[in-house]
Amino acid sequence: MIRISKVSKIYTTGDVETKALDDVSFEIKKGEFVAIMGPSGSGKSTLMHILGALDRPTLGTYILDGENVENLSDDELADIRNKKIGFVFQAFNLLPRTSALKNVMLPLSYAGTPKEKRVSVAEKYLRMVGLSDRLNNTPSQLSGGQQQRVAIARSLVLNPAIILADEPTGNIASTQAEEIMAIFQKLNNEGHTVIMITHEADIAEHAKRIIHIRDGKLVEDGNGHSQRVVKFEARNPKS
Amino acid sequence: MELNETITEAMGTLRINKLRTILAALGIVIGIGSVIALISLGQSSQKSVTDQIESLGSNLLTISPGAASSGNVRGAVGGGTTLTYDDAKAILTSTSITTVANVSPELSKRSQVTTGENNTNTQIYGVTPVYSEVKKIEVENGSFITERDLASLTKVAVLGPQVSEDLFGEGTNPIGKTVRIEGKAFKVIGVTKEKGGTGFNNQDDMIYIPLTTAQKVLYGQNYLSSISIEAKSADVMVAAQDEIGYFLLDRHNITDVSKADFRIMNQSDILSTASSITSTFTSLLSGIAAISLLVGGIGIMNIMLVTVTERTREIGLRKALGARKKTIITQFLTEAIILTFGGGILGIILGVLISFILSKTMSLPFTISFGAVVLAIVVSGATGIIFGWYPAKKASDLEPIEALRYE
Repeated sequence: MIRISKVSKIYTTGDVETKALDDVSFEIKKGEFVAIMGPSGSGKSTLMHILGALDRPTLGTYILDGENVENLSDDELADIRNKKIGFVFQAFNLLPRTSALKNVMLPLSYAGTPKEKRVSVAEKYLRMVGLSDRLNNTPSQLSGGQQQRVAIARSLVLNPAIILADEPTGNIASTQAEEIMAIFQKLNNEGHTVIMITHEADIAEHAKRIIHIRDGKLVEDGNGHSQRVVKFEARNPKS
Repeated sequence: MELNETITEAMGTLRINKLRTILAALGIVIGIGSVIALISLGQSSQKSVTDQIESLGSNLLTISPGAASSGNVRGAVGGGTTLTYDDAKAILTSTSITTVANVSPELSKRSQVTTGENNTNTQIYGVTPVYSEVKKIEVENGSFITERDLASLTKVAVLGPQVSEDLFGEGTNPIGKTVRIEGKAFKVIGVTKEKGGTGFNNQDDMIYIPLTTAQKVLYGQNYLSSISIEAKSADVMVAAQDEIGYFLLDRHNITDVSKADFRIMNQSDILSTASSITSTFTSLLSGIAAISLLVGGIGIMNIMLVTVTERTREIGLRKALGARKKTIITQFLTEAIILTFGGGILGIILGVLISFILSKTMSLPFTISFGAVVLAIVVSGATGIIFGWYPAKKASDLEPIEALRYE
């Protein structure tokens, strides 16, 4: 499903080269639930941008669902983001003053789905995340957890190959965070591939596999519930 | 996304910040409004001037006196005393002139006219009966000056409808009543039909009296202020001009054409001069109005740039969700075009309203140029495209990661 091989991302500021990612390789198979962990500045955001086709690697190849992403044009990347990746952001990133239904319909309209079908598909996924009574509410009328559930519904509407979540519980009260994680686990159980970026160990523990990134390098790739996760947490007083 | 959805969405976005939308569109409203108003105003004054001249007929020549030369000093054209009633009679009877149909000698002066109750200052025309035919004057009520009036120097007057209204009030029949011109009593024998017109040489604002009465009784002078000639047809205008010119030079014993003590002008010269003056004015005024439209366009561009900066995160999100460059450009361009187009439509309404009010107050004919309206619609749409393009392009070129990170 996903194959990252020898991927590096180098930013050049003047004469100074910064390696945000340094020779990272891994594979993610269909149906996996992977957490990518690392402290801030570790390169996990850069990795997320490359996985999300928001950015291209400087070196190495990224193959998503059988397609090599590195040589695609801006518009082709837009189509990949539209159809193959479902984004869930830390800050929800819903359009303000726009109803939940319309927010969820947005990727469908970029995919050219006919209008009647857009409404029914969007309603279906909002029902799935338990918001069928909030279709016409705008983001400001919803709680953080509800907003994130709208965002999850939005990420699902085009049945993408992967769901890419960037700190999905970062802005949410901890009780609601559990609900969000429950939705991700349910989606994973239904066969969706979920990749989640987080720095919180207890959130990462919901995943079946945890990839640790540090200083742009992959330092650990293993199962969840491992001792190292606990150790890592200890080194990171923030979480 | 389909076009009507794009438009609905853009309208929604514009509605969010109503005051800003209105202020941005106001520049276009004023720009288009002034272009429409000024073009219409220019065209109606042009129409008014040419209508007035054309109503006199196209085969009309006007002979004006030039001051007789004394040495190298020459008086102003029209101010001279070189044309006489005899000149006019001679032109009509001369066997060497074959192209002339009618000759109308005229003496005109401004005078104070009173009725005892009201008074006005108007143009008095001493004319012969043929004047009504040459200048296409019709009598609405009563009769015009006759040969008998001319022969017996009767003190009769034919009023223009404007004068009649000024002196006797609207709807009053002045026939048989008396008006005093320069203190002398004249009996009103007719009122001419309204021709419409404004300003200088308004044919509705004149009083006609017999030429002989004007010369001998009223003003005590023998010369004429002009002779109007009706040529047999529009085709013989040049020939008529030549024939009369040489005839009068001969009659006045002048051998050097450059020393002629009169001028002959034909109607189309006057017409083309007048319309070229008004059309120059029209383009000058529209040019100034176009500058305000340009300023309005820059205002739109400015607002759109602000909008793009404000909505950087939204643009990043839309790109992350799969919006192509073209989709983003269309979205922002649509907003700009709706702003300018909406402004343009309001501007047209404003412009029509202004020109209607102005034409009423300046008593000009109210004309709205269809071409100007079409032009305004096209220009306002084009303004949106031209000034909206750069902000829209800027939005579509944003890198999705940069845009998503933007706070």
